[in-house]
Amino acid sequence: MSGTTPLVQLRGIVKRFPGLVANDGVDLELHAGEVHALLGENGAGKTTLMNVLTGLYRPDEGEILLDGRPVAFRAPRQAIEAGIGMVHQHFRLVDSLTVAENVLLGSRSPRVWVGRRAGIRQVAELAERYRLQVHPEARIWQLSVGEQQRVEILKALYRGARLLILDEPSAVLTPQEADALWDTVREMASRGEAIVVITHKLDEVQAVADRITVLRRGRNVGVAVRGELDSRALALLMVGRDVSLATRPEPLEHGEVVLRIRGASARSDRGLPALADVTLDVQAGQVFGIAGVAGNGQRELAEVVTGLRPLEAGSVEVAGRPLHGASARAAIDAGVAHIPEDRLGSGLVAGLSATDNAILKAYRRPPVSRGPLVDRRASRALTEQLLAAFEVSAVSPDAPVRLMSGGNLQRLLLARETAERPKVIVAVHPTRGLDVGGTETVRRVLREQQEAGAAILLISEDLDEVLALADPVGVLHDGRLAGVLPRERCDVEELGLLMGGATP
Amino acid sequence: MRRLGPLVVEQRRVASRWTSALVRVAAIALALGLGALILEAGGYSARDSYRTMWDAAFANRDALAETLVAATPLIFTGLAVAVAARMLLWNIGAEGQLFLGAAAASWLAFSFPDAPRGLLLPAMVVAGAVGGAAWAAGPGVLRASLGVSEIVTTLMLNFVAILFVDYLVHGPWRDPESSGFPLSKPFTTSAILPSFGDTRLHAGFLIALGAAIVVWTLLRSTRFGYEVRVIGESQPAARYAGMPLRRNIVVVMLVSGGLAGIAGMSEVSGIVFRIQPDISAGFGYTGIIVATLGRFSAPGVVVAAILFGALQVGGYALQTTEVPPSIVQVLQGAILFITVGAEVLARYRVRWSPGREKRTPLAEKAP
Repeated sequence: MSGTTPLVQLRGIVKRFPGLVANDGVDLELHAGEVHALLGENGAGKTTLMNVLTGLYRPDEGEILLDGRPVAFRAPRQAIEAGIGMVHQHFRLVDSLTVAENVLLGSRSPRVWVGRRAGIRQVAELAERYRLQVHPEARIWQLSVGEQQRVEILKALYRGARLLILDEPSAVLTPQEADALWDTVREMASRGEAIVVITHKLDEVQAVADRITVLRRGRNVGVAVRGELDSRALALLMVGRDVSLATRPEPLEHGEVVLRIRGASARSDRGLPALADVTLDVQAGQVFGIAGVAGNGQRELAEVVTGLRPLEAGSVEVAGRPLHGASARAAIDAGVAHIPEDRLGSGLVAGLSATDNAILKAYRRPPVSRGPLVDRRASRALTEQLLAAFEVSAVSPDAPVRLMSGGNLQRLLLARETAERPKVIVAVHPTRGLDVGGTETVRRVLREQQEAGAAILLISEDLDEVLALADPVGVLHDGRLAGVLPRERCDVEELGLLMGGATP
Repeated sequence: MRRLGPLVVEQRRVASRWTSALVRVAAIALALGLGALILEAGGYSARDSYRTMWDAAFANRDALAETLVAATPLIFTGLAVAVAARMLLWNIGAEGQLFLGAAAASWLAFSFPDAPRGLLLPAMVVAGAVGGAAWAAGPGVLRASLGVSEIVTTLMLNFVAILFVDYLVHGPWRDPESSGFPLSKPFTTSAILPSFGDTRLHAGFLIALGAAIVVWTLLRSTRFGYEVRVIGESQPAARYAGMPLRRNIVVVMLVSGGLAGIAGMSEVSGIVFRIQPDISAGFGYTGIIVATLGRFSAPGVVVAAILFGALQVGGYALQTTEVPPSIVQVLQGAILFITVGAEVLARYRVRWSPGREKRTPLAEKAP
């Protein structure tokens, strides 16, 4: 392949967002006829890079060469016309239209509307050529997720894509559907298309990619040809050696098991199996860390323990009592505190005051509850106590919390959730988006709760954080607990392999 | 932030309470100005027309009484819509619930014509509430259990309710002495709400004020009201806090329907003293406007209802002049339209800033 001009070259791409550098001088070469895997953890900058390539973002620095000539896309439309197509994780299809209509919709050639029959025939031929089995006259809402993905691919091909970018394509597929997808991908490559697969799954990379580019924290950390690096080496590249193994939690005496999860299985919002047969125990005074790339069942695990999602199988026990059915109320009453990932979306009510937010869990019990009434004086007293104890600066206890800073919001949330000596704390990405001081506070509070005997389930994408706070560390992959390692046996390589789902 | 030449339009973090009140007053003024233009364009004197309307609505004791009479059903239906809207439920069916409430109250009045007034009237209020609540129960349960849009179901049930009352007065409840008009026979005196002096203002107005106070307390000071506020602001947060979403949807719809049902009772027992097809001049629909203008708060609803009552009474007065009374509908529509539009604008602020700023495409947000 060397010698020929690459189809696409990205040189020194830099893309900054307020507060972070998503791409920091990334180089990438894509050749016609190759399957190229873009490997990295969440937030490594994979999707940003592809959004730059497809004209959704404009790079702050660096250049894009197409067939050796520099191009500057000002809009996605121009990238599409240049032959670059992308299939996003979330499909962009019109549910009530047919497959053929979706494929033809918005494409520029032919300029005049093709007859219905001609359109159907064209789409059918295209589907046939690439072995993308889907009925052109079916309506989108009737299709499975895998079929919808095929429609997206057809759409890109119909518009003349020479380069097709697939963003985490297997995340929503069953294993059989994924196999069919990889057949299609190889077929396209053999016809001279270039395909980029964005992924974090090591097995997948090994199975389909001709070449692999690994991104970490916005930087290009390695390029390899198929077979050059084994999964272990790729995992190490992906997770990085710079993970600090130095800070580690001081060992504490653990008490009895407080949170007992047995064979827990649950489905995602889309109805797909998302959590499969997870069994774990968390003792009093223990922080059980859950690492892994987001979307591998972390959210479902947190929701199952906090009563927000029904279990399909298995059980969750808190202090020896099973939580029956999906009842957030039962979980709260059993002493489960929850620090959710979307603070302002579900943990706090943006439009209500600090006082109304402070009583979100306490409003059912005296002293805040007085018969059918909410006692205003007691609510106010509780709020002032929480704000003072956690040094939350609120504009006024009556102003909507929307106006508070991220750090203050998280402190208010922590104050409320730890106010009643919880038995179990489920903390999901508790320091995401916080500055150093905010992060420090969160860690200190979790530490205090741990010392006070709480059993803490810490779910985080931030490996540093998990390693600094948790013992043991479990890794979720594809809804399964891929492995649990005691803190002293945690090494980055091992964790990276588990996160990538590599089969040893 | 958007830039239009040298102007920068940006979002305010909070729309202050004062801004919001000011917006409403300004919207009413603007609507009256618009109405004046229309009147003048039609060759009528805006000054005289507004004078006539004002006199009819506020000039003396009788005028004020008429305004409050017209406001009474609107307070009920406005509260009904507002309570539901607080939880992001849209009860478009206050009209039908009003009819059902009227029918239920009338049924009591016909069944126990000789019962003592002190017993019959409270019972009729309860019957009205139950009738209205029953009519809202179906949409509530469907929304809670299957997610069926309450907007559609409540709206469709309006026609059913109106036709049901039509059937009653044409059929079983028809007054044999009505010489063919679809009217029920009149209520006995014990089924008639007392009125103030020689005016038409009846005790229904006091019940309406009482209902407003109850709704205000319910939303402000009770656990149920707290849950309604949280659910209205953020369903994920309500679920997170373990609040019973489905149950509250049903309960709120029952309360909403009940309030609209009492409006029906108050009209048949306080104004027409019988049941007939034209007991409501679209009060259920006007209630939606009243609730919106009143920012879905109980005190706001009372003020907006009185304003709309005055407009209605003023409109009747215009009928004696040459001015087309439909100007009132124009005014009502304009007030709503301008207020809602101004509400949105009040959330932004326009700044003069001719400096060049780097343009950032809208699509670019941090991932």
